[in-house]
Parts: sequence; C-alpha cells; structure tokens
Amino acid sequence: MVNNRTYLDHSATTALRPAARDALVDAAGALGNPTSVHTSGRRVRGILDDALQEIAQQLGVPRSWLIMTSGGTEADNLALRGAAHLGPVFGLATDHPAVVQTVQALNGRLLPVHRDGTMDLTALETALDQARSDGAPASLVSAALVNNETGVVQDLSAIAGLAHRYGAAVHTDAVQATGHVQLPDFDTVDLMSLSGHKIGAPVGVGVLVAQPDVKLAAVGTGGGQQRGIRSGTLDAAHAASFAAALRETLADAAAEQARLGSLAERLRAGIRAIDADAVFTAEDSPHAPHIVHVQFPGAVQDAVLFVLDQAGVDCSAGSACSSGVTQASHVLEAMGFEESLMRGAIRFSFGWTSSEQDVDAVLQALPDALERGRAMGRLFA
Amino acid sequence: MKVLAAMSGGVDSAVAAALAKEAGHDVVGVHMALSKNRDQTRSGSRGCCTVEDASDARRAADHIGIPYYVWDLSDDFHDLVVKDFLAEYAAGRTPNPCVRCNERIKFEALMDRARLLGFDAVCTGHYAVIGTDGPDGAPSLHRSANDAKDQSYVLAVMGPEGLKRAMFPLGRFADKAEVRAEADRRGLGVGHKPDSYDICFIADGDTRGFLQRSLGEAPGEIVTPEGEVLGEHRGTHNFTIGQRKGIGLQQPAQDGRPRYVLDVKPDTRQVVVGAAELLSTRTLEAADLIPFEDLEVGRRVQAQIRAHGAATGAVVTAVDSERITVDLDEPIRGVAPGQTLVLYDGDRVLASATLDRRA
Repeated sequence: MVNNRTYLDHSATTALRPAARDALVDAAGALGNPTSVHTSGRRVRGILDDALQEIAQQLGVPRSWLIMTSGGTEADNLALRGAAHLGPVFGLATDHPAVVQTVQALNGRLLPVHRDGTMDLTALETALDQARSDGAPASLVSAALVNNETGVVQDLSAIAGLAHRYGAAVHTDAVQATGHVQLPDFDTVDLMSLSGHKIGAPVGVGVLVAQPDVKLAAVGTGGGQQRGIRSGTLDAAHAASFAAALRETLADAAAEQARLGSLAERLRAGIRAIDADAVFTAEDSPHAPHIVHVQFPGAVQDAVLFVLDQAGVDCSAGSACSSGVTQASHVLEAMGFEESLMRGAIRFSFGWTSSEQDVDAVLQALPDALERGRAMGRLFA
Repeated sequence: MKVLAAMSGGVDSAVAAALAKEAGHDVVGVHMALSKNRDQTRSGSRGCCTVEDASDARRAADHIGIPYYVWDLSDDFHDLVVKDFLAEYAAGRTPNPCVRCNERIKFEALMDRARLLGFDAVCTGHYAVIGTDGPDGAPSLHRSANDAKDQSYVLAVMGPEGLKRAMFPLGRFADKAEVRAEADRRGLGVGHKPDSYDICFIADGDTRGFLQRSLGEAPGEIVTPEGEVLGEHRGTHNFTIGQRKGIGLQQPAQDGRPRYVLDVKPDTRQVVVGAAELLSTRTLEAADLIPFEDLEVGRRVQAQIRAHGAATGAVVTAVDSERITVDLDEPIRGVAPGQTLVLYDGDRVLASATLDRRA
C-alpha cells in the first residue's frame, strides 16, 4: 500500500525495512518445526539459529541469552513477572504501560521522576533501603532507557550502581532506544527488552535479552522452549526478519542519529518561529534524537491532531487507548506538568524514512492546527 | 459542504453518513465517547457507549470510505446531561436526558467543535425532516415519514438556528426496514443490531436503582392531597408524577381504587398520592420557549409531552417570548414539571418548551 502521508509517528511504529520484509517472506515458506529432529525441522532450525546468531552478535551477547517474544510488551512481562518470585519489582512511573501496569499488577513499586523526566535516584535508594529493612529486598529495578513519549534518556549506569548494590537485577525496556542511543552493556543491565516494529521489522516479534544469572520463572507453561521461560513454537521467519532489521538499524546508527537529530532541530526551530509559547518537554534533559515532544499552551491536542491529520500529517498525542480516545498522559503527570500544558502536548517522532520534506510539511500545516486547537481551548476555558 | 457525521456505531447513523457522502458532501465520521469508563462489549440494547460500538462505527466509516475519529465528550456529557438528570430528579422534576443530550451535546458541544474545525454541518441518524419553509426562509422541522421512529420531539429543542447546521438524511424513510436494506446494500455490517431505547448512561436499565445509588436516601412522608400521612418513602427522587407501581404503600385506598403519584415536593420531602382523576390536567404551562414561528393566542395546535406519546389537540391561551400556556381539548394524565412540551401543526413543529408547573 502506497503511503502518501507525512508520517511522523515512528515511535508508534516505523516503516518495514525491505531487508526485513525479504527475510520474512523467504523464511515464512520454509516447512518444518524448528524443534523437530527430521531434516525439514533441522532446516528451519538452521534459519532460526542463523537469525539468533545475528541478533546475539549485534547485541554482543551469547545466543542462549535471547528469548524471542511477540514484542516489547511480552518481553517486559517476562522480565517483571519472571523476577517477581525473587522479591518485589520496582518500575519507573513514566514508563510504558507494559511496565507500569505490570508493576502495579505485581504490587510492586513505581519510582518518581524529577520534572526533567529523569529518575529520582534518592527516592530509588530510599525505596531499595526500605525494602531491604522490611525483609523483602527488591528483586528487579526496571527503567526504560528512552521514554516512549518524551524521549528522555535515563542514566542506567547510576540506576544499576544503586540497584546492584542492593542485590536487585536491572531491566531496561530499550524499545525506543534501539538505534537511537547507545545500548547499555550487560554489566550494567541484566535484562533488556527490544521490539521489532520500532526498528523496521514487522509487528509481532521482540526479544528479551536475559542473563542466565537472573533466575526468571516461567510466566506460561508448555513445551519448554527457550529455557522453559517462553514456551511455544519458535518463529524462524520473524526472528530472521528481526535480525535483518537490527543489522541495518545498528549498522548506520551513528550517522542516523546525527541525521534524525538535525531533522528534530529543524522542526524545533520551525516550531519556535511559529509559536513563541511552545514548550519543548525536557529539552535540557538527555534525550533521544528522534522524538520532539512539545506542549502548546492553551491548545487542545485532539483538535491539533485532527487538523494535522486532515492536512496529511500523522503524529500523536503520546498515548492513545485502544478505543481511540486520547488520555491524559501519565508520563507528563508524573513529571508534574499542569493540566493546561498536558492538554496541548504533541509528539513528533522520526525514523529511517523521515526527510526534511516531512518537517516542512508539518511546519506548513501547524499554524492552522494551532489556531484551531487554541480556539477549541478557549471554548472550554 | 464539509459535514461531520456523528456515528454511534448503530445502523441509523452509519446509513446517514453514507447518504451524506453519496449526496456529494465532504464527510468525516466522529464517534463521541460519552462515558469515562466504557465497557468493552455491548450488553442489552444500549447503542453508543461501549468500545464495541466505537469499533462498529470505525468499521462503518471504513466501508463508507470516510475518515473517522473518536472525540472524548465524556466530561461535557457528565456535566451537562448526567448531572442535570440527577439535579432535575432531586428537584422533583422529570427530565428527558435525550432532549438534553441533543440540546447540549450533539447540537452544541459537538457542533461548536465541528464549527471550529471548519465543518459546515453535523449529520446524524435521527428521524425527522428539515424543511425550508420557516418564516423568512428559516429551516422548519417536521415529523419523519416513519411515524413509529419519529424523533422530532427530542430535536425541537434545537430551534430553527440549530437546524441551520444539521442534516437528518433518514427523515424521509417511511420504514425502518428500508434503512436496514440501505445498510445491507452498502455492506454496513451493523444492520442487525437491536435499536436502543433506554437511557444510555444507565447500563442495566434500572433508572430507579441509578437514582437511588446516585442521590442516596432522603426519607419522607407519603401523603394524601388533604395531608393525611399514609406511609414513608426513601427519597422523593424515586417518584415521578403519574407513577402507579412501586409506591410502596401497604394499605390500599379505602375505596379500593389504585393510587397514583400526584405531586413530588422535595422541599418538604413529601410525595402526594391520590386517585387517577386528580392526575388529569387540561392546562399546560411551560417556560424556555423555543418557537419556530410566531404563535398567537387562539392558535390551534397539537401538544406532545412524551417522546413516544401521542399529541393532543390544544389551543394557545397565553404566550410571550419565554413562556407559553395551552388548554387541551381532552385532559391528560401524568404531566410532570421538567418534561418537554412540543407543539405541532400536523407534522410541523411549532415550538419546544419545558413544563414547569401544573395548573
């Protein structure tokens, strides 16, 4: 399907890379279950092992550390739920619902952030200390390397330094980080979630990288594939596709980061010229190059998005629930922003297909969108 | 014209949107999310408030080939319709939340948003006909070709001004089966959903229970018109004028005839009950008059006080810019303050107003 849109929502999902599509199509036709002992099974196992080898090599870990999943949400769940039997799990209040909702479901603890979006390390230490004194030391601290709404980057070294001192493992959801910032090494983190469709593989594949030292319990039961942690027939085609996308993503990461960073700067400069009141969220915090999160005071985000969509521009308010209603952002709330600002928040996110023309198209449509968005804001003031 | 089609997820609004598109308009579908905590799936006949309904609306919009959005109007709906509904009952009146929703949500909050976003009109699946023969070319409102589905009663509150930006493509259909056939013909897979009749924000259909839960208990006396105390009740908001069932008196009337609620007095927490004939009234007084044309004393009209009720012949006996009084040819029962009065001349709507006292 030809996409004639100005697509600036790559953090929601990015374009499928041709190499990933080819790998998927080639491998999908292969007959055989990779755990079967016959020749057909071994052939598919070969495709899968090649893919795992590639992924492991790209990430600098042994192949046995990889647990292929259906995506980032499942990877996060395997890590948090898998570690919960070892003690309480801690998460970050601004993280993706896959983490926040899981921590809450496990009666774990959500840690606060500063107004700049970075984790409050004093609060982390206090919480770790308190849990230890209570006789139930934390088993795991989870913090997304790059926040999916604002692009704020967490200092995983500092977080891991504290967590490890208290005997807790460290998990990071690196779904938004892959290709956009340097991934942490596995002395720093013990567990890491990645998602295929944010790097140009199809939806439906992800990875949990899991150091075997963290004794994860299985969330589901079945045939015992993937160290018994994630049963179910292995998906060679999606693994091959993921491997191809990861290879391309990491191959030119440095150049791509610079390119996306300059697109983002072009967009920020253009927005400043259009609207002096625009507030760039966490502008002074460390943040990933591909996300421009901006709050337009007095504007109603639904109306802004509506006008941009009608003008051919796809972007987002950050988070939408499954029924399509924009919800107040738990991320901005946790950062302490007031309602009037949050209501005008828009996220533009770039990816490998983004160009200067995309930026210019947004800037052309934005004045009308803001005018109508603010008129709507006045209506409800 | 740039037209916003309000799409509930039901067959009517889907067909209306399709007809607007086929008439050559530039149509965008919008589903209004009216409840904060929506159920995932539909139960019973309620037709607009679940995630499943939103999904049906989206599928219909895809089929028709129009853009589709969900707009969150739940705060407005709660403040302007649900709270008003409760406040009216608490004040001893009998509101019609659908009239209120049309007035304040669909043709005000939604219309205002639509206008700001560049739309010329809002299209809905209501059954009524907008004509062009009002005074000085103003829009006129008429009953739909389908008597059973006619919704001119709940739309009259829009007045001629509101109608200028409204479209009701279904008003000309004489039969619901035709609309379903139109839906099937276009592959709009919502053609066989049940119609919705109940109050949408009371999911289980138990209005009394909803009022009881929301307004709590405020015990008081059940009395005769002469003031004799017959028993107790748990809150005046549980009663509507004209109500017969569920009054909760142990002793039957001395003459053995059924008792009806004659009046509800929140100030003294009294509910007045008595015989049916005391319930009858020949005069209707109403405020907040919204006229479609000038009405003079002596004008013959038909008066309707319920969405699904019949109209009764009447004559205008007093009228000014805000209030109107009519005398009915035949007395009618169960007239309660808060109800909407709509006056007709045949199929044509003359005015809408809100009953405020019984004469």
